[in-house]
Amino acid sequence: MTAVPTVLRPGRPRRAPEPLPTGPDRLRRGALRWLVLAAAVAVALLMMAPFVIMLLNAFKSPAEYSAEGPLSLPSSLYTDGLVNFWQRVDYPGKLANSVVISGAVAILATVVSLFNAYALGIGRVKGRMWIVTLFLLANMLPQEALIYPLYYLAKETGLYNTQLSVIIIFTVIQSAFGTYLLASVLSTFPPAVLEAAALDGASSWQILWKVVFPVSRPTLAVLVIFFFIWTWNEFFIPLVMLIDNSTQTIPVALASLQGDRLMDAPTINAGSLVSLLPAVIFFLIFQRTLTRGITAGAVK
Amino acid sequence: MTTTQRAAARPARAGRTARAGRTGRTGRPRTRRPGQVYWLYLIPGAVLFTGVIVVPFVMNLYYSMTKWPGIGDPRWTGFDNYARLLSDETFWTSFRNSVAMIVAMVVVPTLIGLLLAAVLFDYLGKRFSGRVASVLRATYYLPQILPVAVAGILWGWILNPQTGALNVILRGVGLEDLALNWLGDTSTALPTVMMVMIWVQIGYPVVIFMAALQRVDPELYEAAELDGAGWFRRFRAITLPQIRPETFVVTLTCTIAALKVFGPIYVLTKGGPENTTNVPSYFAYQNFFPKSQVGYGAAIATVLTLIVIVVSIVFMRVQAASERKEGLS
Repeated sequence: MTAVPTVLRPGRPRRAPEPLPTGPDRLRRGALRWLVLAAAVAVALLMMAPFVIMLLNAFKSPAEYSAEGPLSLPSSLYTDGLVNFWQRVDYPGKLANSVVISGAVAILATVVSLFNAYALGIGRVKGRMWIVTLFLLANMLPQEALIYPLYYLAKETGLYNTQLSVIIIFTVIQSAFGTYLLASVLSTFPPAVLEAAALDGASSWQILWKVVFPVSRPTLAVLVIFFFIWTWNEFFIPLVMLIDNSTQTIPVALASLQGDRLMDAPTINAGSLVSLLPAVIFFLIFQRTLTRGITAGAVK
Repeated sequence: MTTTQRAAARPARAGRTARAGRTGRTGRPRTRRPGQVYWLYLIPGAVLFTGVIVVPFVMNLYYSMTKWPGIGDPRWTGFDNYARLLSDETFWTSFRNSVAMIVAMVVVPTLIGLLLAAVLFDYLGKRFSGRVASVLRATYYLPQILPVAVAGILWGWILNPQTGALNVILRGVGLEDLALNWLGDTSTALPTVMMVMIWVQIGYPVVIFMAALQRVDPELYEAAELDGAGWFRRFRAITLPQIRPETFVVTLTCTIAALKVFGPIYVLTKGGPENTTNVPSYFAYQNFFPKSQVGYGAAIATVLTLIVIVVSIVFMRVQAASERKEGLS
């Protein structure tokens, strides 16, 4: 999951697939193509099966589940599972926690990435090769190698079990990647534009916000979206840092229900459904921005 | 950032400074003098980076040389924890399972992803429509966007031996014998976790490879087809070499992810039964928190870090070497 952004690395220009010169008519005959399509659809069905089973059983009563099994359509809309889950994990509260943490990290990490990349990619400060390598290494570091000291330091500073602790940690982790990506994007920033601004007497601060920021907005938007989704899906650090019902995020709260005897099939399925909906909706809303950002980064 | 880029940047910088200095209209010194003001912008990042990455990393190294239950003062023991690791069977099991995770998260998804991407882009996309291909791609990608804890709890329920959907279905069609305790039996737990990981991972290589195929020059295929090369020959002689950069990125990022995998293990099996699904990151977590053996946990985390770094360096060397070879031929 962490690897998605490789697609937005400034790539080579893409070429739209063109039909073969022999024409599509020749290609659209034969039985083989239907067999291949059937195989590809079979794989798709396998991939979708857990989601279908989840939808079928999210609103089916436990009695009906034991009588009819997981593959039948529910005969009536049973909402106790959803209500049960909603109240037990305080879903609105967890949703707010997840939104606050992911939103704050997305914005802060993008700002920090922009500052770092401005110094490295446009300012070309000394030793930037080493600094970028350091950020790249930090990005690969297993979180286990940091977790106990972070836990200890958070306890010492009174930040343990606060959302602020998780926000600070992920701002740094995400901006390590953002710096790496953005520094290479900004290093190709047209120098003529920067020169012109400097000749007009603009300070470096003004150049950052009036020239660099507007031009690199598409790339920044992609970073915001990815940071949001990644932080939303993060599990390990929130699991350790957030122990309280009032601070936990959706994934952590959901995982804490694992193995709970009181969790029946509709509760688990309805819970999974409402827990994955925000990620899917967010993804669908911003899919176009993402594609636009990717092409903007590629063409430049 | 390559040396060529750096070299190209140098004259530009010199020219810029000179001009800026000469044309200062008011005669006051330019604030935009590269290398003098810009490092100020690194300060917030550097402070945060030091506090959240550098200091904790060094502290973890120190912990790994001590015996410490998390309270009181750590007691210095040198390399004792590392020596203990070498004779700890769970440690070796966890790294063997890392290999299994690499198979499930890198090898199988890359191979299947390559095939699916080629079929979608090259075959179905042309013989039906691009829309069919993109709808199928979206369904393959879906598991990638959901939080890993959600995937874990959903699968945990599906695979539950008594009430889970899979076994209820199997019993329903009379395959009672196949209704195993998937995640609870020492012989099936690891393969089952591997299947779930394949399901999670597959969409990623498909999406990357399909994007890669779009930038391959169609004329190459046309020429090969005119020469009478069949689909498989074209796949091997054109597609594979052309998308090598993406293959490299996919295998490297997925290998690192496989070495670091934690969430699915935590949610599905908690490393059990009898450590058959334990992995290094979960093993470290167990020592840090439930067992309060902080020094030992820190040693495991340090070894894991070393392996991740070594694997990345080896990968990049291999990549560089293969690019050189390509350039020569």
